[in-house]
Amino acid sequence: MSDQHHDLVHATHTHDGKPIQNDERPPLEAETLETAVRELLIEKGVISSDEIRRAIESMDDRGEALGGKIVARAWVDEDFKQRLLSEGDAAVQDFGIDMRPTELCVVENTDEVHNMVVCTLCSCYPRPILGIPPAWYKRRDYRARAVREPRAILAEFGTTIPKQKQVRVHDSNADLRYLVLPQRPAGTDDWSEEQLAELVTRDSMIGVADVRGPTD
Amino acid sequence: MDPRFHPGDSVRVLERNQPGHVRTPLYVRGKVGVIERIVGSFPNPETLAYGQTGLPYKMLYRVNFEQKLLWQDYDGKPEDSLEIEIYEHWLEPA
Repeated sequence: MSDQHHDLVHATHTHDGKPIQNDERPPLEAETLETAVRELLIEKGVISSDEIRRAIESMDDRGEALGGKIVARAWVDEDFKQRLLSEGDAAVQDFGIDMRPTELCVVENTDEVHNMVVCTLCSCYPRPILGIPPAWYKRRDYRARAVREPRAILAEFGTTIPKQKQVRVHDSNADLRYLVLPQRPAGTDDWSEEQLAELVTRDSMIGVADVRGPTD
Repeated sequence: MDPRFHPGDSVRVLERNQPGHVRTPLYVRGKVGVIERIVGSFPNPETLAYGQTGLPYKMLYRVNFEQKLLWQDYDGKPEDSLEIEIYEHWLEPA
């Protein structure tokens, strides 16, 4: 085979031509323990592989779509909104969400206050609603700067908070999990709950962005 | 368990050096804030994290701090604030 032919064949492949190698790090002790317990539970018939797969799938399905439905409901239904703000755990049960063993704390953005969420200690996040946190949420610089200079961080996300508006940072350091209820954008008065839900982004529920409407 | 503090109470976070799994970040230690709400009683993370029961449970509060009291050179609106959860055994009346 000529060199030229060889190059042509490999141009369609994405690997570097070396044999596949096991270049992953060795498993952590906790990973080995998880594998052992999982295999035992399956072997003893306590749970099945399919149940585990479905649980992982259900966790991966959580995200801004689910959060968006909750926010949109609060925008169109004042009673639901009051329940969401005062007893968040019970309110989100309407959407099949179980916050235990944590508790949900919903904070409302208004004309006077902008809320944003950080976990300075690790990466606490309302996972039953929003799923896996974005990589930046876990970064040391976001975690350190969000409490120290929130307005500068917000500006880097493209969110400039007017000087007259209060910024309130929530450090999610213990047993509560926080969801920001963003402001309903202008120009959406005649929108349906379903249409509104589509506007809501993950970042708006962490509080690093506002929800943009048709006129923004 | 009766809460020792109530919403509106002024509290100071203890300036205590304690090794291990502590949920009170350094930046609020020694600072004065106001109880925003009583969250309820929860297992003590300082023992729960090491495979123990977390008993006795500890009362947890949300405490509101003025940013300008946390950071001397804070450069925002004077009313900007920060809220964080602090367990009762880390608080004293201020």
